[in-house]
Amino acid sequence: MSVSANSTGTPLLEVEKLKVEFDTRRGLVQGLRGVTLSIGRGETLGVVGESGSGKSVTAQAVMGLIDLPGRIASGDIRWKGRSLLGSDGERYARDIRGKEVAMVFQDPMTSLNPVLKIGTQIGEVLERHLGMTRAQARNRAEELLAAVGISAPGRRLDQYPHEFSGGMRQRVMIAMAIACEPELLIADEPTTALDVTIQAQILELLAELQQSLGLSVVLITHDLGVVAGLCHRVAVMYAGQIIETGLAEDVFERPAHPYTQGLLRSTPRLDEVSDRLVSIEGTPPNLVTPPEGCSFQQRCPLSGEACRKAPKLEHIRPDAEAACWRPSVPAWATPLMSPTFP
Amino acid sequence: MAIPMPVTTPVATARNAAQRPTLLSRLDEFGRELWQDKLGTLGFAVIVALLLMAILAPLLAPYDPAAQSVISRLKPPAWLPKGSWEHILGTDHLGRDVLSRVIYGARASLLVGVLVVLFAGSFGVVLGLWAGFRGGRTDSIIMRIVDVQVAFPGLLLILLVISVIGPSMATMIIVLVVTNWMVYARVVRGIVLSVRQTPYVEAAEMIGCKTSRVIFRHILPNLTSPLLTLGILEFTNIVLAEAALSFLGLGVQPPATSWGLDVANGRDYIFVAWWLITFPGLSIATTVLAVNLFASWVRVTTDPQEREKRFAYQRAKLAARRARRSPQAQSSEAKSQGGRS
Amino acid sequence: MGGFLLRRIGQGLLVVIGVTVIVFIATRMVGDPVKVMLPLSATDAQRAAFAQQIGLDRPIATQFVDFVSDMARLDFGDSLWQRRPALDVVLERLPNTLKLIGAGLGLAILLSLPLGAIAALRPGGWVDRTTVFVGLFGLSLPQFWFGLLMIVFFAVTLGWLPTSGMGGARYYILPAITLALPSLARLVMLVRSSMIDELNQQYVRTARAKGLHFKRVVMVHAMRNTLVPFVTLAGWELISALAGYTVVVETVFAWPGLGLTAMQAIQKSDLFLLQAIVFTVAVLIVVINVGLDVIYKLIDPRIRLA
Repeated sequence: MSVSANSTGTPLLEVEKLKVEFDTRRGLVQGLRGVTLSIGRGETLGVVGESGSGKSVTAQAVMGLIDLPGRIASGDIRWKGRSLLGSDGERYARDIRGKEVAMVFQDPMTSLNPVLKIGTQIGEVLERHLGMTRAQARNRAEELLAAVGISAPGRRLDQYPHEFSGGMRQRVMIAMAIACEPELLIADEPTTALDVTIQAQILELLAELQQSLGLSVVLITHDLGVVAGLCHRVAVMYAGQIIETGLAEDVFERPAHPYTQGLLRSTPRLDEVSDRLVSIEGTPPNLVTPPEGCSFQQRCPLSGEACRKAPKLEHIRPDAEAACWRPSVPAWATPLMSPTFP
Repeated sequence: MAIPMPVTTPVATARNAAQRPTLLSRLDEFGRELWQDKLGTLGFAVIVALLLMAILAPLLAPYDPAAQSVISRLKPPAWLPKGSWEHILGTDHLGRDVLSRVIYGARASLLVGVLVVLFAGSFGVVLGLWAGFRGGRTDSIIMRIVDVQVAFPGLLLILLVISVIGPSMATMIIVLVVTNWMVYARVVRGIVLSVRQTPYVEAAEMIGCKTSRVIFRHILPNLTSPLLTLGILEFTNIVLAEAALSFLGLGVQPPATSWGLDVANGRDYIFVAWWLITFPGLSIATTVLAVNLFASWVRVTTDPQEREKRFAYQRAKLAARRARRSPQAQSSEAKSQGGRS
Repeated sequence: MGGFLLRRIGQGLLVVIGVTVIVFIATRMVGDPVKVMLPLSATDAQRAAFAQQIGLDRPIATQFVDFVSDMARLDFGDSLWQRRPALDVVLERLPNTLKLIGAGLGLAILLSLPLGAIAALRPGGWVDRTTVFVGLFGLSLPQFWFGLLMIVFFAVTLGWLPTSGMGGARYYILPAITLALPSLARLVMLVRSSMIDELNQQYVRTARAKGLHFKRVVMVHAMRNTLVPFVTLAGWELISALAGYTVVVETVFAWPGLGLTAMQAIQKSDLFLLQAIVFTVAVLIVVINVGLDVIYKLIDPRIRLA
């Protein structure tokens, strides 16, 4: 039960049977319920799902950002085969985070420190990981700003975040993330907080950087169109688990899991006339007391006796897996169309 | 102290039946939440006890607090040699009973505290609402006054005014109201401004709700929690200010009693009669401490994030303790959960 | 920046004018300086002569003009108690108050930053519990009472430190601690809660995701943001100490500063001296406010001094 990398050798990042819990007053919320995935070199993985499905929690776990009341209950996270958990792992993790694996966050308005200059915030990564002097870091930071398409970078180094627009701040965040030429970039809904026109620019920038730096990218989003445009592979998450994974084109053309089918069906399209938007009836299950068996059964038109038992993620085709007892059966009457590929 | 203990079933069902929480269910919830925080409960209990003490002073005090007796001057507390149970906390330099004075002293502190918070609070809230709602000139004039007042040499001005007018309890209350309303105005204005920009208030205004309705239904609910906390904290400031002014001889005047005044009286005798400053001072400290404990509970309880965090820490500590006791317990727990999913 | 300073100074002038008006109303219209300042035994002739001497027999408008022009020329009249210009007395005592505030507030500021930060990093740890304890007690103990207890304990019982007055460094210890206590309590609680807030901010997650050392995340990222409210509160503490909150400490420890002088002026019914003190402190507060604004600007780039 794994989302296997299609490149050879050890994958860069492996997440294995990861469980994350949040101890809240309402009860123990099971944020991640056994997530397994891996990313190879140069690969782009899209992680999709609705809010609360566990996409962001997965990224946070990799970056060591799970704080109280949350905790990693079990499972493992490995970078180039070495665990990032436990006291040894954490020491190792501190050296690779920001250097070999970097992250871009959702909200550029709050992700930068308001009282430190942009130059300082980019420079400190370089000083920390590459041992640069302040002057060297400053020169490099200027190059980085230019690389992410910010004009007059020398002058902007001495400015503060509030002097930048949202899109510009996200460019700064990206500059900061690629400062040490990482091998993996995790982008957690990098365009959600931005204007539509800016969104396209940022995605374009990410695609460019991926090409020129040979980056692996994990792109977390709820926007299927974004995944279609950028990602080789896609993993669909629901209620703290991965329920379907495969090559992006494949998943969009032949979605196996009823949830994926529903998700695609509810994506509005430009090339098709329709009167109304369709949605999946019902709401995701409460993760304090997740249902026995398949977590989607309450909303699934196909659910039956078998669904009382939890399905495992299993190969339905080479390179494609789904966690469903009746995979690839059309669940909804409306014909499916995949989002446009550029 | 009797804290309402949870009477779960009837109240809970009553609440499920009627969506709106009744007064009884609210009281019950209040009691249950408070009981979780032992220090908050203690603070609340002490506050209630102090209130009772102030109200029932004539019944509780063994002597008239002003009654002097030359024969029994500077008697130590009962448990010391030479002390007697006639004067449990001893007597002062005029032979007055310290316990009775401490009991009556609660009246001055609580009265001044409550009145000043009430008057300064109402005045400040009204001005803050007005400034926040009218905006423009009204707002800038009111806020300018608030700003200027904050930059005033406050206490010195109070001293000057009191010394000219002549010290009395009424003077003190007026002066404290005049110098303490600004903080309420500032807080209320800030909240009104931010709440007015929220979509739901804009929507309410757009569909033509009356201003009074917007204020009472939409804005006041947002004010209650911060104002409650602010009022409680200001109360402690006023109690301390009253004590300080009375200590300096500019507040409550003899023959009336006040804890601050008594500490001042006892000051000349600290070498021979430590109890004269100890008990009134302790009373002030206890009052303020109790209110602060209660206030910190109120603050945490009205802040959902703080609440979650507090809960999480308690759980984490518990889990750590459990793990130390039996390392197997946790792993088997994890296994059973793993099997389920 | 220049325009801003000018406007700030203009606002300050407004404060000083406000103080002047209030002092005038309080002393000339509400109260009767003759009754306050002369002994009960004074004859009617003496009262009339005194009234004429300070100009009370003239119309109220003329009095006000005279009063304002006296203030503007820093002529506060002679102190009745000391029989010399009131301003001289004020300027002689002011440094003592400033030294006391420097020692007390300095102590509070130096202790509150590390204590509050450590408490925020380990909630529930022993530093945190000590901090909350110091905070609660500092806010709850009446300052004058705490001072008296310290005198009883350290000066009288143990005999380690002088009971009162001003002298070498040993004389500073008790008054400075007493003055520091409530400020320390407020500051340390602020640092603690502000650090807890800041450590939960998104930019701290960014900093952690960058792999920065924990120390840098706390001391540079979170601390720089905590300094913004910290400076505001510390400035407020400084101003309120000047605004008369040293009166209590100076009275308890017989510290020969402005606060004690104010109390003595009240006892001696020396209205002119009291006026001079209030006026001087008002000007001082205005000056400090302008200085604080410049510091805010240095710490928080979002504040625009336009």
